Amino acid sequence: MKQKLKLCWQLFITFFKIGAFTFGGGYAMISLIQKETVENKKWITDDDILEIIAIAESTPGPIAINSATFVGYRTAGFFGAFCATLGVVVPSFCIILAISYLLREFNHIAVVRYAFNGIRAGVLALVLKALVTMYKKAPKGLVAYIIMALAFVITAFFDINVLYVIILCAVIGLVSSLVVSDREKKGESK
Amino acid sequence: MIYLELFFTFLKIGAFTFGGGYAMLPLIIDAVISKGWMSEAQIIDFVAVSESTPGPFAINIATYIGSEMGGVFGSFCATLGVVLPSFVIILIVAKCYEKFKENKWVKGCMSGLKPAVVGLIAAALLSMAATVFVPNGPTLEIFKDVSLYLSAGILALSTVLAFKKVHPILIICLSAVIGIAGGYLL
Repeated sequence: MKQKLKLCWQLFITFFKIGAFTFGGGYAMISLIQKETVENKKWITDDDILEIIAIAESTPGPIAINSATFVGYRTAGFFGAFCATLGVVVPSFCIILAISYLLREFNHIAVVRYAFNGIRAGVLALVLKALVTMYKKAPKGLVAYIIMALAFVITAFFDINVLYVIILCAVIGLVSSLVVSDREKKGESK
Repeated sequence: MIYLELFFTFLKIGAFTFGGGYAMLPLIIDAVISKGWMSEAQIIDFVAVSESTPGPFAINIATYIGSEMGGVFGSFCATLGVVLPSFVIILIVAKCYEKFKENKWVKGCMSGLKPAVVGLIAAALLSMAATVFVPNGPTLEIFKDVSLYLSAGILALSTVLAFKKVHPILIICLSAVIGIAGGYLL
């Protein structure tokens, strides 16, 4: 019991560090998680890390939360998952609370407004880069291109809730992949 | 009640974002603007703040919007909402990972979701670009505004730097400096 408490505390501290020192989140976090939990603590193996990436990509939610919960659960069950997730969330939470206060206070100063006028244009470049990265990782092929175009057009030009667009695209993907695997089966039986 | 609304809004966002990070942007823009919580310009500003502070984008933006709308308890509700779906789903998946990995339904849905995220981010980018370049709607007047050319210059420079793998924080700092210089000189 005492040992488990200690393990949970270590999970909390480790993921607290990971949360406090990763900029950009997501995949930037994976390399730090690998270093801390595989090389330093030996809680999990490199194979587990690959598993985590695969799971994080096919379940909803931020990758940071997915991987903290997964590692915590593998290491010390439910309570471990709780501690690791709490650890990764707390640094962001505190820092942003402080910053949101500062932003409210300093938003009206001319120099801050000018700075954000410049920053807004710079942010577009960062999102553009993220878009290209996502495109490279996405499956290619006719169905995939149709889904991309469909999601873009509906979201950009029609006033439809994004949730419905996501559900629609998942259904299209599911139906088309079931049809393909069905055809392959028939092809094999011939 | 704002606390419950924050919680459920971010619960939905957490449950429907695949791929993390900027894949969340379209959902956030959709939810936050339709509720009139914030302007798109504020969200773009916050993307820059999030890039310059540690931690995942999802947690950062949930905390920020929660704090703007409902103080400390508001940010707690929003953050809890965005974390909870991942937490619960991973607990379930961690138990039966082998089955989950090979499940053709999961694979099928993912084959639709991955390209969908590309289209969604592209739409978010377009809407963000409109906020930056034509904040008052598309009229010929905008071409007389020097700030348009300043923004275009910053965007071009930042894009080149971003694809040369310059660190995002450096790009944000540089954009801020150019923005300040432009603001005082022009």
